[in-house]
Amino acid sequence: MPSFTRLTAVAAPLDLPHVDTDRIVPARFLRLPRGAPEYARALFHDLRFDAAGAERPEFVLNQPPYREARILVTAENFGCGSSREMAVWALAAWGIRAVIAPSLGDIFRQNCLKNGLLPVLLDAAVVADLRRQLHARPGAAVTVDLETQTVTTPAGVVHRFEIDPFHKALLLSGQDELALTLAHESAIRAFEARLAAEQPWVVPPPAP
Amino acid sequence: MTRHVAGGWPGAGSGSPRTLFEKIWARHVVVEGPGDHALLYVDRHLLHEGATHALRRLAAAGRTVRRPDLTFATADHYVRTAPGALAPDPEIQAMVETLVEHTARHGIVTFGPGDPRRGIVHVIGPELGLTLPGLTVVCGDSHTATHGALGALAFGIGASEVEHVLATQTLWQRRPRTLRVTIEGRLPLGVTAKDVALAVVAALGAGGGTGHVIEYAGATVRAMSIEERLTLCNMAIEAGARAGMVAPDETTFAYLEGRPFAPRGDRWARALEFWRTLPSDPGARFDRELALAAGDVAPTVTWGTSPQDAAPITGRVPDPATVRDPVRRRAMERALAYMGLRPGTPLAGIPVDRVFIGSCTNSRLEDLRAAARVVRGRRAVVPAWVVPGSGLVKRAAEAEGLDRVFVEAGFEWREPGCSMCVGMNGEVGREGERVASTSNRNFEGRQGRGARTHLMSPAMAAAAAVTGRLTDVRTLVS
Repeated sequence: MPSFTRLTAVAAPLDLPHVDTDRIVPARFLRLPRGAPEYARALFHDLRFDAAGAERPEFVLNQPPYREARILVTAENFGCGSSREMAVWALAAWGIRAVIAPSLGDIFRQNCLKNGLLPVLLDAAVVADLRRQLHARPGAAVTVDLETQTVTTPAGVVHRFEIDPFHKALLLSGQDELALTLAHESAIRAFEARLAAEQPWVVPPPAP
Repeated sequence: MTRHVAGGWPGAGSGSPRTLFEKIWARHVVVEGPGDHALLYVDRHLLHEGATHALRRLAAAGRTVRRPDLTFATADHYVRTAPGALAPDPEIQAMVETLVEHTARHGIVTFGPGDPRRGIVHVIGPELGLTLPGLTVVCGDSHTATHGALGALAFGIGASEVEHVLATQTLWQRRPRTLRVTIEGRLPLGVTAKDVALAVVAALGAGGGTGHVIEYAGATVRAMSIEERLTLCNMAIEAGARAGMVAPDETTFAYLEGRPFAPRGDRWARALEFWRTLPSDPGARFDRELALAAGDVAPTVTWGTSPQDAAPITGRVPDPATVRDPVRRRAMERALAYMGLRPGTPLAGIPVDRVFIGSCTNSRLEDLRAAARVVRGRRAVVPAWVVPGSGLVKRAAEAEGLDRVFVEAGFEWREPGCSMCVGMNGEVGREGERVASTSNRNFEGRQGRGARTHLMSPAMAAAAAVTGRLTDVRTLVS
């Protein structure tokens, strides 16, 4: 996966709370293969485009200064609902590399971490204030620094965010979890041997 | 950075009282750390057509499936539920074929097209005895929380995680916090597990359970059948909790005994002995607690575009003007505009255009019986579908004549699948159409672009079908 170290980029504010992954990418687009460039158009499809396929000018990502956004600043519980990883693929295809939010759907957050997209959780009041600044100064840049775990607002105020050391290390290096897990092969094998000996009933009987 | 767990099961025999979740978690740690992460072993991995993304990547990388004997597949999300061919278009046909081909190559048991056991993954797991107490169960679908009803730790995962589990039978997970929802008292007449599920989501909020595993406890839950518990746990994710669970008890064991993939003979006895040790110990501490009185729950419907937007059917559409927070006020205004509703309108009486009874929340035999009780002797006045959760549910319902009750009342009796719950198989509502639905999500566009969803129980959906309006089911049955 792509690594994430430090990013200074235009940030777009999205004020709606509880934006579910169905809204991030509607179900009818989920059969596109992973990595398909069409995911960029599928992003927020029904918010961005009307039924005839024309852009809705009121949607933030359709407004010129925010078209360059690489950072999305959202309201509470962004990415709730369905486990579809395509929500992250669509954000990434469009160019988003970090999402700053007061809270995120758990599965969505996990999916971000698997794709080199940095989820940043900050206090709700701080995020609300950041969205206000971005509305007031369209096209203003925000810096997200994973190494120092900081967000620098357009006004130059620095906020520290928390991220677990496990995913921080993976994101900084761009290493995916699978490679890490394969190094634990002997531990997995030992676990399986114990499972077979102590709880053989866990393995289902052959299909009837 | 990490430490291997040597010797006995971690945490086994430790003195302090533990929760059901803590016992299952400790039992599945393969590698502890770093921080509050662990590499967890997966006992059951359930696949559906969406897993073809991961299966293709696995094949491209030349990897094999580590434990095909712990992996099971079905086709539910993309298939159509009209009689006849399963695939509505060539692309979906190819997807189902890919699933069948890949799983066959890896030796994974698949309940595919033509198999009478095929059905919604969260219906067939419990039904076939694949889901057992104390197991870790994952699936690339957020409603995997459903399986927690049997005392399993079950949660939804993304496509990358599906690939990771296929290759390694493990997952890196951050240890979640625990939240106990205790429900006491008898459910009033006409009030079902679905109403309780919606009441819990409304009480916690759509993000209130984020980062937590919910254990549902209390006399109301103990008195519930397994099918009711499945409905309750199913919607844990609608409160943001990846997993919901209920401690296994005699109801659980009676449900599981004799199911095709449940342990048999001596293995059953050994399993039972272990399962009895799983319930949370007296005095076990939860990070958060929520208490609910069953007597306070009424037949419930949603009015907005988040499952937390739920209210008793006796209530009215809320007024955004009463909401102080501007972000939430605008969200409510937007939801009401999408739903085509005016503040203050009584919920009972809102006309509906069609009815959907089905989904992993409410498509089991008891759900269909509850709907049929309301329908018997009446006629649907709007288009109404009944989509059984599995081939086995369908067969059992037909054996007791439920299909005839529905068909004689003008309902469509369909083949098993996710159908109108997921909006990816062509079975969707039209722009502006108002749907009374027993599914789990009323998100904008969930049931089709512009379609308006009201969530409710099967009995309430049946009442809406025979009256053409949102209706308090208690006015139709005594």
